[in-house]
Amino acid sequence: MESATRTLSEAASKQLLTTHGVTTVPGIVVPTASEAALRADDLDYPVVVKLCGAAIAHKTERGLVRLGLADADAVRDAATELLARARPEDGPVELLVMPMVKGSRELIAGLHTDRQFGPCVMLGIGGVFAEAIHDVQFRLVPITPVDAAEMIEGLRTQALLGAFRGEPPVDREALAEILLGLSRTAESDPDIVSVDLNPLVVVDGIPLAVDALVEVRVGAP
Amino acid sequence: MSPTPEQFRALFEPRGVVVAGASSHPGKFGFVALHNILSQGFAGQVYATNREGGTILGIEAVPSIEDLPPDATLDLVFVCTPAAANADLLRACAARGITAAFVTSAGYGEAGEEGSAAERALVDLAAELGILLAGPNGQGVVSTPASLCAQIVAPYPPSGRIGVASQSGNFVSSFLNYAVQTEIGISRAVSAGNAAAVTVADYLDFYADDPETAAGLAYVEGLVDGREFFERVRRVASRKPLVLLKGGATTGGQRAAASHTGALAADDDVFDGMCRQAGVTRAATVEEAFEAAATFATQPLPKGPRVAIVTTAGGWGVVTADAIAGSELELAVLADDLCDAIDEKLPPRWSHNNPIDLAGGETRDTIPEVLALVAGHDSVDAVIYLGLGIQSNQAQLMREGCFYPGDGLERIVAYHERQDERFALAAAEVSVATGKPVLTATELSIASPDNPGPRAVRAGGRLCYSSSNRAVTALGHLWRYAQFRRRRGLE
Repeated sequence: MESATRTLSEAASKQLLTTHGVTTVPGIVVPTASEAALRADDLDYPVVVKLCGAAIAHKTERGLVRLGLADADAVRDAATELLARARPEDGPVELLVMPMVKGSRELIAGLHTDRQFGPCVMLGIGGVFAEAIHDVQFRLVPITPVDAAEMIEGLRTQALLGAFRGEPPVDREALAEILLGLSRTAESDPDIVSVDLNPLVVVDGIPLAVDALVEVRVGAP
Repeated sequence: MSPTPEQFRALFEPRGVVVAGASSHPGKFGFVALHNILSQGFAGQVYATNREGGTILGIEAVPSIEDLPPDATLDLVFVCTPAAANADLLRACAARGITAAFVTSAGYGEAGEEGSAAERALVDLAAELGILLAGPNGQGVVSTPASLCAQIVAPYPPSGRIGVASQSGNFVSSFLNYAVQTEIGISRAVSAGNAAAVTVADYLDFYADDPETAAGLAYVEGLVDGREFFERVRRVASRKPLVLLKGGATTGGQRAAASHTGALAADDDVFDGMCRQAGVTRAATVEEAFEAAATFATQPLPKGPRVAIVTTAGGWGVVTADAIAGSELELAVLADDLCDAIDEKLPPRWSHNNPIDLAGGETRDTIPEVLALVAGHDSVDAVIYLGLGIQSNQAQLMREGCFYPGDGLERIVAYHERQDERFALAAAEVSVATGKPVLTATELSIASPDNPGPRAVRAGGRLCYSSSNRAVTALGHLWRYAQFRRRRGLE
């Protein structure tokens, strides 16, 4: 059962999830700082630039995410710095340019392989206090729309899902759609060991997966 | 391979039982088992084997199964012999047409590598012989429709509709002790022991189709195959309510370094979600588990979350309302026409709100009448009734006081006691008439179990909850299960 795993880069993770109907906030993948600056002009500023690679699992912890970049010059500077932070063990790296998504609420969703019960869909309250609050719901793959609705309803912190600080309530159907997409992902690919959609930023009530990390068994295509 | 219905019938409704390894020593399991079978009035034939023969508790023990009279009709062997003797024993039993064995013997899977090998061999042999193998290392089986108490421990519970299966024999005893205390009875109970061949899920699967059983109640700890367990209990819960108590500290498990999702996954969260998904009622404590099962077995499922509280005193109602606020239930909003109808029955000082505080304004028939009005109203899905037994409690003080009999005490004591009995019966009658749960809660059910109020609740076949919080918890479990069924089209 215990086998080695590897992670996919953010861009590859998002691409894989999209094929199973899990919508994520896409980004533009570029190899160089100047190209990052050029392509950022296609998006609305401010933008985000991240250093990505298959071997880079925790970008935030390593300071590989630059937020709120206001113009092409800022993007070029940030991208140059990020490329300089790449370590030899990271292997091939790339830059990901994305629109800046802002919301006051964060959720987390994903897939987890349980020792006893196998693949499970997970939903929780996200953000910096996620582990301290520990408000999570799991269901075994596959889940039905009723299961998805009950996962959302099962979170203790319901106040965060209602209307909040001038923002509308979380769109429960959109959130359920993400959970059902995760379930389909696990069903269709047994080599997927885990998925993190962290965070799911709630913007105008819609949960948006701004980051995605897929972990697969080594040897899997 | 799960046992066949015929094999389960041999275990739970045997025509005859033989205790193998019966003992003349009252301290030995082989004596206790025979004693319990005989003393609790099992109606079928009872035989015993003992290597030295002799008469035990009036039964002529024979040296071996082969020596039993040829006309003996036997379905079940209750095995108290040492592990080494059991293979030959099972072969002899099969030759006599026995199709179920409850094995109490130790020295199997719990006893190291050698024991595990012996256990595997015993399982294979029983399968080959067509014998249902319960245990080994189990405490026994109870089946009240057959008056069967084939176990090496007490108690024998009152008959009822809860089916118990447990990975721990001592938890069977705990649940049965609660059955004795509350008089909410048991249909079947079995200690799965090492569950070498027949698992807790197998027993639950039998209960789900058993007409004697209305609700399952199980204790589990380590699961061999979680996925299979999920599929099994899901099929059980789609047929009948199933309450689960899980033991075993969470181990944390290995956590994938790459995943936040994994870091947030305590084993218990996954188990909890599995229960929700399967429609299994998971209880946090032993008493909560028993009370949930007892409620499933004795009350109708609520059709909605709206609860009305009928109370003879303010504070109790307030605390109960607080408990409801912290649950998935709701406090019913009193409809105007219901308020008007209650106004007819009470002086104006009653609360005019839910909790319906009668505020001491009740006369002889008020409580039965208000219970009927409230439970009968469309805006109410369930009722919790508080205040039963207070007058009888005072009556007891009078009855036991130095002025009794005399000073008109006999008459008032009898009146109070009669009234509390009436109120208890009214709560049950209203529930049956409306098809809605009506739960009665008072600490007198344990503080003064002989109080005529709680006693009448028990006599009516219902649980008298020892606190309103516990009634709310039990009712919450019923509502959650009712929702589970409705949302999945299982009504």
